[in-house]
Amino acid sequence: MIDPTFVELSRWQFAATALYHFLFVPLTLGLSWLLVIMETVYVMTGKEIYKDMTRFWGKLFGINFALGVTTGLTMEFEFGTNWSYYAHYVGDVFGAPLAIEGLMAFFLESTFIGLFFLGWDKLSKRKHLAVTFLTALGSNLSALWILVANGWMQNPVGALFSPQTMRMEMQSFSQVFFNPVAQVKFVHTVAAGYVTGSMFVLGISAFHILKGRDLPFMRRSFAVAVGFGLASCLSVIVLGDESGYTLGDVQKVKLAAIEAEWRTEPAPAAFTLFGLPSQEKQETEAKIQIPWLMGLIATRSLDTPVVGLRELIVEHENRIRSGMIAYDGLMKIRGGDRSPETRTLFDAHAKDIGYGLLLKQFTENPAQASDADIKAAARATIPTVWPLFWSFRIMVGLGFLTMFILATGFWLNAAKKLERHRWYLWLAVLAIPAPWLACETGWFVAEFGRQPWAIGEVLPTFLATSSLTTGDLIFSLAGFLTFYTALLVIEIFLMQKYARLGPSSLGLGRYHFETAKRPHPLPAA
Amino acid sequence: MFDLLDYASLKFIWWILVGVLLMGFAITDGMDMGVGALLPFVARTDTERRIAINTVGPHWDGNQVWFITAGGAIFAAWPAVYAAAFSGFYMAMLLVLFALFFRPVGFDYRSKIEDRRWRSAWDWGLFVGGAVPALIFGVAFGNLLQGVPFHLDDMLRAHYQGSLLGALLPLLNPFALLAGAISLGMLTVHGGLWLHLRADDPVAGRARTVVTRLAPAVALLFAAAGVWLWFGVDGYRVVSAPEHGALSDPLAKQVARAAHAWFDIYAATPAAMLAPALGLLGPIAAAALSAARRPGLGFLANALGMVGIIASAGLSMFPFILPSSIDPRSSLTIWDAASSQLTLTVMFVAVAIFLPIVLGYTIWCYANMWGRVTAEGIEAGSHSAY
Repeated sequence: MIDPTFVELSRWQFAATALYHFLFVPLTLGLSWLLVIMETVYVMTGKEIYKDMTRFWGKLFGINFALGVTTGLTMEFEFGTNWSYYAHYVGDVFGAPLAIEGLMAFFLESTFIGLFFLGWDKLSKRKHLAVTFLTALGSNLSALWILVANGWMQNPVGALFSPQTMRMEMQSFSQVFFNPVAQVKFVHTVAAGYVTGSMFVLGISAFHILKGRDLPFMRRSFAVAVGFGLASCLSVIVLGDESGYTLGDVQKVKLAAIEAEWRTEPAPAAFTLFGLPSQEKQETEAKIQIPWLMGLIATRSLDTPVVGLRELIVEHENRIRSGMIAYDGLMKIRGGDRSPETRTLFDAHAKDIGYGLLLKQFTENPAQASDADIKAAARATIPTVWPLFWSFRIMVGLGFLTMFILATGFWLNAAKKLERHRWYLWLAVLAIPAPWLACETGWFVAEFGRQPWAIGEVLPTFLATSSLTTGDLIFSLAGFLTFYTALLVIEIFLMQKYARLGPSSLGLGRYHFETAKRPHPLPAA
Repeated sequence: MFDLLDYASLKFIWWILVGVLLMGFAITDGMDMGVGALLPFVARTDTERRIAINTVGPHWDGNQVWFITAGGAIFAAWPAVYAAAFSGFYMAMLLVLFALFFRPVGFDYRSKIEDRRWRSAWDWGLFVGGAVPALIFGVAFGNLLQGVPFHLDDMLRAHYQGSLLGALLPLLNPFALLAGAISLGMLTVHGGLWLHLRADDPVAGRARTVVTRLAPAVALLFAAAGVWLWFGVDGYRVVSAPEHGALSDPLAKQVARAAHAWFDIYAATPAAMLAPALGLLGPIAAAALSAARRPGLGFLANALGMVGIIASAGLSMFPFILPSSIDPRSSLTIWDAASSQLTLTVMFVAVAIFLPIVLGYTIWCYANMWGRVTAEGIEAGSHSAY
């Protein structure tokens, strides 16, 4: 029987290692393109200051990248170590994008990154720029394949369950690749990474401008970041809206949970700005709503209703009952029953086999489940609403705050008033963590909103684990937390040390901390 | 979608491709691990250590992707193996992961602060990140050859015997430790040859001394493992099974344990004996070439030796990938642990396109960064080198 503590620990470990890995990914995605932009300007204009900019921000990129690689290793193997039934059940589909990511993207990024850091003296200008570009391209392609894999967990298209091999099998690779959820997620996620990279450069540049250090260097960095960031932030918001539309189409539960919409409202549904969702009462109290907005985002129409959670639970109960027939047929087929009647009946209910498996947390044999078990399983088909409701609102709020900072910065910079508005520069420094928080809450919404499924409507999370013990999990979770915490402390220490040092850390003898001690300062660029 | 190859051929090709990825990993990242394992012994001052580190500095990250891609390819091509092996070797996998954690940060953070204790701590990190995985990979192969205590239930979920240290300790049995010693030895020799080729003296000279002594020992240990396998380790044999092109169902076959069964292939296909021959001669030739101050050729010879050693392990077990010691029927073979025909085809196309491209730009990168790493070069670039 399933041990709930063990399942919880497995989930905690995956959540911790994935969220931790995702601290480093967005900055890599965004900063890599900023380096490409800076170095392109260097190659085109020949101005040394742009080379110094590429090298200084590249140093910070490297400090971050090292932990991205470290924590990424865990992710590649964790499906096998901790989610081994998942690996068996969906490896035929899910493994392919992961392996192609390695071949097509990770090799590219990792092979060239070493030359980015160590090849300045060995490569010509153009060759080095090509290396920087290929590193950035590799990082972004990597995100593409990971999100194809993740999109399939949300919306498992292009695959069918096979009773002979007892797993999902791929039917169409192009459907898996062009999965609308994956495509929208990819663009939304990488754009969020670009914003993260921009806000990082923006905040650190603002800090140095406030201190009056290396002004030509930092003003230029600020300008590159604010332009790239503003364009990216606009696309994050537009594509976030596109995500809402895709959700309304294929992930109705997640959408209704994010909105805490318990009952189907008459179309067009209102958007709940604020409220206190209660899982027991299946109600949201103290609601503040904006009429029509929700219906417009999710359905792009005025007459299509957004289905509420209570109605979805009823719908799921029917699918669970159908899944019981599928499970019964599956067991007969696996027991050697080759009769066409059994097969026809199984095929008719095969799409609900995942719903049948949901009963495994209540009874060993889902085909014989009691009415009470079915009701309990149906109630458990929706995630806990309040964490989703709130993390979504935090993400969106931070998104708009970031937008405000980037737009204001863009205007102040264009109007050459930046240095007069010290409040703004301080705000930019203090807002450095905002995109990270938005990325993490966004990731949480995507993954927690998928519960109770590991693979949407196909494989329940509690079944997906490995057959390990609680002791194994306590040991490994403690190990990961210890290592990761120690590494994070070291990373932040180095990051703030080098960020404060600025381009003086390049040892070129022409920046603030090197020139300040000399009687005759060298020119800054 | 495509119908390039029949299912049975694809399954066979994927056995070769996974082998190729593992060999690629040994030849590329094995070199970095060997350099890590040698670091405290061949390089004493900070500059010497930086010389050693910077011979692999630009390349170790790309090399490591061979390991990651091999993991991903096993997931995609043999999901059942990925599922059963990685969770069954849970503690060993954690040990490898935790050891590997030291490498990215070791390489990148070491030179960021000028402090003796800071740098010496990362040097030991790089040592652990090189030596521990090199040892554990061999131990894993040693355990595969002996069979792993797992079984599959009627829903094909894998279950194992033992947990925590109770599961780790039996993995460290004498035969597996011998296999681990071979693996650690051959990767260390490989790193030594690289240092002999790319580092300046005195690092190169010390590396050469290690190679000339250690490589013959690797050949000797490999021969000893062969003798032990013949006399002391039972192999597995498929007694009856569905045809090779059938849908993957591990429980549809019958398997027997038998003495000497791991040598069946060499009787059936004498050409297979090339692999152990290469495994024996490669390290010996590497030692001789290093002694004769031809480290480039020595590096190639040792690479061939590693190919021979890995191929010997794979061929001996053919068609088994993960034999089960407690329920032989649950054993996973290349015929019944594979993905669907479509997935194998898609993945084959991906490898056929991207592996040559990867090899191409990898060579471009090595060629552009070629040249001996010297103390002057390191001191001149103290803000940019590792």
